[in-house]
Parts: sequence; C-alpha cells; structure tokens
Amino acid sequence: MTGMYEKVLDWVNDFDHADPEYNERAHEIWAEFQGSECPVAHSERYDGLWAPFTYEMVHEIAYDTEHFSSQGVVVNTGRPIAEAPVGPAPPITSDPPFHNIARRILLPPFAPKVIAEWEPEVRRLCNELLDRMGDITEGESIVDGAVQYAQSIPVNVIARMLGFPTEDEDLFRDFVHNVLERINEPVEDREEFMQPLADYLDAQIEDHRQNPRDDLTNYLLNVEIGGNKLSDEHVRGSIVLLLVAGIDTTWSAIGSSLWHLGTHPDDLQRLVDEPDVMMFALEEFLRAYAPVTMARLVKEDYDFHGCPMKANDWVLLPFPAANRDPKQFEHATQFVIDRQENRHGAFGLGIHRCLGSNLARLELKVAVEEFVRRFPSFTVDGETRWSVGQIRGPRELPLRVLKAS
Amino acid sequence: MRVIVDEEKCQGHNRCFAIAPELFDVDDYGTAIALNDGVVPAELEDKARLAAANCPEYAITIED
Repeated sequence: MTGMYEKVLDWVNDFDHADPEYNERAHEIWAEFQGSECPVAHSERYDGLWAPFTYEMVHEIAYDTEHFSSQGVVVNTGRPIAEAPVGPAPPITSDPPFHNIARRILLPPFAPKVIAEWEPEVRRLCNELLDRMGDITEGESIVDGAVQYAQSIPVNVIARMLGFPTEDEDLFRDFVHNVLERINEPVEDREEFMQPLADYLDAQIEDHRQNPRDDLTNYLLNVEIGGNKLSDEHVRGSIVLLLVAGIDTTWSAIGSSLWHLGTHPDDLQRLVDEPDVMMFALEEFLRAYAPVTMARLVKEDYDFHGCPMKANDWVLLPFPAANRDPKQFEHATQFVIDRQENRHGAFGLGIHRCLGSNLARLELKVAVEEFVRRFPSFTVDGETRWSVGQIRGPRELPLRVLKAS
Repeated sequence: MRVIVDEEKCQGHNRCFAIAPELFDVDDYGTAIALNDGVVPAELEDKARLAAANCPEYAITIED
C-alpha cells in the first residue's frame, strides 16, 4: 500500500477503505459486518473514522444533519479548511440552511427534462468509443471495458457541460484520482498535488469571464443569490464538485455493470433478448453495484448506538453496503434483473440526493445499451483491477468479445 | 385510487416520473407532482403501486 498506513489486518478495529483489499472484497466484508453483533467499524486512522454498514444506520446518519456535517465528504488525512455551512464544494459540502440555497442554483440544469436532451449526444459518444476499438474478431479480441469505454463517457459529457476542452480528459481524470484515491497521503503532499486543479480552474473561469458562452461555467458566473453573484470560491467549489462527482462515479457504475454482465451470461442474454427489461435492470445495477460511499464529519462528541464518536471524527456512509442489507432488501446479495420493488439509496438519501442522478442514469443506461448492442456476448477474461477508496468500480476490465454485431 | 406526494420528503430521485409519467410530473427542481389531483385511472393502478414501492424516500402514499 502507498500512503501513511499499513495493510489492514483487523477490519473491525483498524478499518481502512483505502486498503485495496476493501473494494476487491467489499461484498464479503459488508456481509460479515451485517451478520455480526457490531455492524460498525472503527479506526484511529485519518484521526478517527467510523463506518456503519446497515441500511438503518446509514439512513439515520444521512438524515441527521444535527449531529453530522457534510463539510467534508471525502475521508482523508486532513480536515476541510473552508468553514461550515458552505464548505469547500457547495452544495455537497454545505449544511442547512445554506445548503438549500446553493442546491437550488444547480438543480435546474440537472433536472430530468433538461438532461434527457443529452441522450443523442451520449449515444453518439458511446458509439464513437466502440468504433475506436478497431477490428474485432469474435472469440479472440479482448477490449478493456473500463479503459477503452467506461472511463471516457462521463468525463466527456461533464467537460462539454462545463465548457472545458474535452482534450483535457486525461488531466481531469488525474485531478479526480488525486482527490478521491490519494486520500491516505500526508496533508502537505495532498495540498501540493491539489494545487494544479485550483490553478487549472482559475484559468478556465477567467477564460469564461473574458469569452462568455452558453455553458454551466458561465451559468455559475451569472447566477445570483438574493441579488448577489456567487463568490469566486463558491463558483470554483461548485465546479470542483461537478468535475469530481461527475467522473469516477458514473465511470464506476458503467464498469461494474459491464463486469456483472461479463460474469453473468444469463443476465446478459436476458438484456439482449428483452431490451425493455432495462428499466428494472438499470435500477438493479445501481442497487447491487452502487459506486458511491459518502462521508460526514461528527459535529460534537456523540454516542451513536454505543459508538463514542468524537467531534471531527469521520463517518463513512456506505450506501453500496446499505443497498445489500438483507434486513432492507429481499435476496439482497443476489442480482435480480427485473426486481420490481427497489428503493435503493445509490444516489444517497435525504437532502444531499445526488444532484447529477438524472445524468448518471442516462449515461449508465445508454452506455450499457450501446455496448450490448455492439457486443451481444462477452465475458470477463483476465484480472479486473478495482479502484481504491470511496468510489468503487473497475479501473481495468478485460472483456473477451464472443459475439460482435 | 389516489396517489399523494409528500413534497417535504421528496428529494427528486425521479423514480416515480420514470416509472409512471402518466401519473407524475417533475418541476424544474426535480420535485415530483401528482398529476390530475392524484386520481389514478383503473388501468394505471399497478403502475401507481410500483411507483410508490420504488420511492427511496417513502414520499408517495396511496389511498384506495
């Protein structure tokens, strides 16, 4: 392991989700906690970290803005400098009452009907990536579902929405990797590798000021709260949010869904034979393979079901584990492609419901549909490499194409 | 049958609108609205139940 901490030997008392074993064995680890007397992990790492694994507890914390702050949502070795209730990346890092103000600014550009208009563009992008894979020989060709496909879809869409050059996609992925995966490195190093992102965004914002256009960046520069424009920090913070939250998350959801289909041929066949089952399959991919675990900071010392939480401790909100809790879902650990009742919390629960959920759903649906249309039969062949940290999904996903259309 | 959306509970997951656009609409902020005062035609009762059963915030109730 890189970073400050040793390999985890005790998941109950010395928990660390940045140990690569965590995302590799996530389903097993969650099941162990959900079946035990104490479903909460603890660790002295990151200056105090808790992780509850039941739906009930995750739900409780998500709704409890009195004891838990969103000021920091990505566990790392430091603590956020930007103060509550605004936080460094509003509205995801904001608490009530400011949260609602910041959120209402960003809701309309991500409303269902606005996002639906992006469908042809997403479909075109997916087909361009599939075309770029070159000549395919059935039974022989191996494509990487993560590197050659999933990772490029959300980054291109969000760059276009923000009005940033899509040629910079490698740069964006690098920024996001730094923010989300290099969480266990010393604070000084984190400050150093975060600086280029701030510099890049300042240059983009300045360019949008000089050359205004019809995109989200200019929308944020123009929008007003009570007659005042947003502060530079607010604009930059919201762009960081859109970039960070809009890339690894959906990339992971697409990759995990392809991983599932590449390891469960019956489900793949069902999707090929009955494309309409996608309406339910989409939500089941999101439930069974939810990519996003959020985090909160404990506001004041608090006894949570016997856990002596201290002010400024981190608390993970593993929605993906909650989604597989047998107390909440029937056949929770099974993938039921046409599951009818599916109140999953893949996009969070409560006031911080993922702002980009409509875009994420569109990208996931279209990406899987187009991949399956092009390759109606494929199988995982080789080693899948999973991400590290709060966003779980394949970073390398070798798929052997068995049938191509 | 009638469907009722609790606007305080609705967080804009958009599940009801995706399942039953004949019964629900969403506003610019993603909040769900029951169409036609929530009155559900007989042929859409199953869809109404499905929409209610998929709301992650338990914001939809059904009155028979």
